[in-house]
Amino acid sequence: MTVPAFFFYLFSSIAVASAFMVIAGRNPVHSVLWLILTFVNAAGLFLLIGAEFLAMILIVVYVGAVAVLFLFVVMMLDVDFAELRDGLLQYLPIGALVGLVFLVELVLVVGSWVVGAGVSGAITQPIPNPAQVTNTEAIGRVLYTTYVHYFQLAGLVLLVAMIGAIVLTLHHRVNVKRQNVSAQNARTRDTAIEVVKIKPGKGL
Amino acid sequence: MNWIDFWWNTLWPIAIIIAQSLLLLVALLIFIAYILLADRKIWAAVQMRRGPNVVGPFGLLQSFADLLKFVLKEPIIPAGANKGVFLLAPLVTCVLALAAWAVIPVHPGWSVAEINVGILYIFAISSLMVYGVIMAGWASNSKYPFLAALRSAAQMVSYEVSIGFVIITVLLCAGSLNLTKIIEAQNGPWGMLQWYWLPLLPMFVVFFVSALAETNRPPFDLVEAESELVAGFMVEYSSTPYLLFMLGEYVAIVTMCAMGTILFLGGWLPPFPVAPFTWVPGIVWFVIKVCFMFFLFAMAKAMVPRYRYDQLMRLGWKVFLPLSLAMVVIVAAVLHFTGWAPK
Repeated sequence: MTVPAFFFYLFSSIAVASAFMVIAGRNPVHSVLWLILTFVNAAGLFLLIGAEFLAMILIVVYVGAVAVLFLFVVMMLDVDFAELRDGLLQYLPIGALVGLVFLVELVLVVGSWVVGAGVSGAITQPIPNPAQVTNTEAIGRVLYTTYVHYFQLAGLVLLVAMIGAIVLTLHHRVNVKRQNVSAQNARTRDTAIEVVKIKPGKGL
Repeated sequence: MNWIDFWWNTLWPIAIIIAQSLLLLVALLIFIAYILLADRKIWAAVQMRRGPNVVGPFGLLQSFADLLKFVLKEPIIPAGANKGVFLLAPLVTCVLALAAWAVIPVHPGWSVAEINVGILYIFAISSLMVYGVIMAGWASNSKYPFLAALRSAAQMVSYEVSIGFVIITVLLCAGSLNLTKIIEAQNGPWGMLQWYWLPLLPMFVVFFVSALAETNRPPFDLVEAESELVAGFMVEYSSTPYLLFMLGEYVAIVTMCAMGTILFLGGWLPPFPVAPFTWVPGIVWFVIKVCFMFFLFAMAKAMVPRYRYDQLMRLGWKVFLPLSLAMVVIVAAVLHFTGWAPK
């Protein structure tokens, strides 16, 4: 067995096992930690196929930012485990139904999947040649030329989502004491302190 | 398969990588021991104290005495703690901090792994450092560690954003994500005036301050603000787990110093490309620059009072983020319209 094959089986088996632990774990915080392990192993798989840029971005964005926020929220939520387990039987039929529909769809789609002629050639010979162009550059070329409008559109959707989240959560209450930062920064020594000379035994 | 081929093609390269990693690890840990002592000595000197001076001449063996003390003490795990995560947290901190050093070139060609996305790798590793803190805070099952973990998660995520933009401006100038190529892009007849600290001076300042915040160094050590949170996320830790946190923190600081050296101070390049300077091997310049960066870190710790939490968040989101975003646009525009952009 060669080294890449060994690492492929290592990463993929850990990824599958930890993905299972995400849904099997009782404690939601443990679930998020297993999810992080899944992400890291997926990044390892990306590295094995030579997509080093995607691997690093996966870690920076998903593990370094998104999963931190998940963990943040899950840690602060007060989850009642007993209540969660009570609802299990109630939701089991509908959950099973959704799962079944999804399974049938997957079988239909994957069953009728035909690998086109020339695809295997394209996979074994990536375009552009990775020996000449680093994959950061290759992604940049496609993303900022052919697909630049889709890329901008995705950015716009994210911006709208961000503004929406801010609008929904920002309650600007009136009678709360606030700090005026510019006023505070504009304070100088003269306006802030007063030197009072006091004679001994007199008091203010 | 022929066993001799297997040995030469598979096992021998692995053995070499392991040997290189061990060498790097030992050198790094000894360096950390003295960096830690230097930190305490500089801090003491600013406060007109002597600092550690008992163990060994001038206290040179103090860090090793501390190591023995930490290892020999009893590790205490609180009864209410989540034991697995509690012990995993310091390991995560320490292992991640050390892992970043795999790609750092300290001399032309001297890095364990020479990868194309080196700077992204370091950035990814440093964005994972927050997990050590947040896991420790949650697993301790105690109020102060938990509050500290929430605080520091917000803090570290905030400052990562501006570090990301600082890295982008440097990448625009260097035209590569490879650390070696970033250093070589700063090479030129002007010597140290051509390193990116001067053309990108505002970004160097933003990087330095963000690095302080990212590694939870004073004046941004709100994670372990002893006047508010006892000792932050480390309250419940003792002996070896605590040692691992401490070690991870200092390794992360030195990593940030190395990153600053590579991005802004020209890595292993001599300050002037003329005879007496070019005789000195690159690793010496690299270590000197890392020590200089660390001296700045230590002086900031000694001189600047701790930031309040809301001031910290304001600085990150309302000052550094717009500034670094604007600099990305300005640098890109200048490079594009003057034709200086790397091909």
